[in-house]
Amino acid sequence: MYRFNYQKAASVAEAASLLDGAEDGVYLAGGMTLIPTLKARLASPTDVIDLGAIDGMADISVGDTVRIGALARHAEVAASAAVRGAIPALADLAGLIGDAHVRNRGTLGGSVANSDPAADYPAAVLALNAVVHTDRRAIAADDFFKGLFQTALEPGEIVKSLAFRIPRRAAYAKFPNPASRYAIVGVMVADFGAAEVRVGVTGAGACAFRSAELERALAGGLAAEALADVTIPYDGFNSDIHASAEYRGHLVAVMARRAVAAAIS
Amino acid sequence: MEVTLTVNGTAHALDVPDNMLLVEVLRERLRLTGTHVGCDTSQCGACVVHMDGCAVKSCTVLAGQADGADVTTIEGIGAPDDLHPMQAAFRECHALQCGFCTPGMIMAAIDLVNTTEHLDEQAVREGLEGNLCRCTGYHNIVRAVLAARDVM
Repeated sequence: MYRFNYQKAASVAEAASLLDGAEDGVYLAGGMTLIPTLKARLASPTDVIDLGAIDGMADISVGDTVRIGALARHAEVAASAAVRGAIPALADLAGLIGDAHVRNRGTLGGSVANSDPAADYPAAVLALNAVVHTDRRAIAADDFFKGLFQTALEPGEIVKSLAFRIPRRAAYAKFPNPASRYAIVGVMVADFGAAEVRVGVTGAGACAFRSAELERALAGGLAAEALADVTIPYDGFNSDIHASAEYRGHLVAVMARRAVAAAIS
Repeated sequence: MEVTLTVNGTAHALDVPDNMLLVEVLRERLRLTGTHVGCDTSQCGACVVHMDGCAVKSCTVLAGQADGADVTTIEGIGAPDDLHPMQAAFRECHALQCGFCTPGMIMAAIDLVNTTEHLDEQAVREGLEGNLCRCTGYHNIVRAVLAARDVM
């Protein structure tokens, strides 16, 4: 690792102030992406500002929405009876991220702010039409993910919590990389009733996206046969040593069928 | 940077570089070399310790993040003449070949048994997803965890 100054913020305001005063600062939440990146010398910030000690940013509450603090760890979301009661698919998704030790450290806010193309949470943010609450504003899911590791967050902006809409039923199906457990493709299907079905896809493109083809096919309701003939255009999909773009396109349809089958079972 | 942490029940106050990792504090400052570094890419799990009761990869935690934490390493769970049930099960089931992954496996397995209801073979295999054994001796590791489950 290159050298940097480590600073622990006690509040959101202090964190923002520390970042503002740094030459090239970066926020640290759980560190499950940032620390490996620093170790590999793929980043060389002058200052690492740790958000982990900020109080009240890991709370989970269920009302009209499921509201989860940005510092909630994946293991906490996976084990939360409140989350499981309201949106079992979201708890299931959290339990599929990485491995047990990663889930003990990684956070919801860190995952969505990073917008890794193969991260799991972004599929849920889109399918569950979440609102991303920051220290400055509320950002709709559809406006949040902008590209490869790119989001609508401005420099220094801090994610404080996410509010997920509660669907009638939902499910997440993922084809994990067998080594990293990152999604080669992951699909979350959420049925809100009244012909509103949202489908979030991760792993396939530069960032998570909604699939118009799948949402159109499922507009009449969740049914396995609705996706029997669906094909996914794969132009522009990720293509790497793990899977070609064409294969990822195929996997999107397969994962969508599995998610629908799980949601209606 | 000054950090204080409790390791295996002993409090320590240490002056460390800002970019020091928890595993480096344990191995290089406290000479607790039972915690291993196997990969440098946060994948192998040889460095797993318990931090405030949770299994974490100590190679992917900064010393500053561990400030104030209660850390338990492989040295803190048993003694040669008084093995932890998980250590005893690993010995009994021949759950190690070269032994390099063993400290991380044992620390991960203890957390898994402590936090999982109805731990069956499949749950053990999934629960140890973050620990790699390059000898590929997984079958006996799983047997050992299931044996320890019954006596822990």
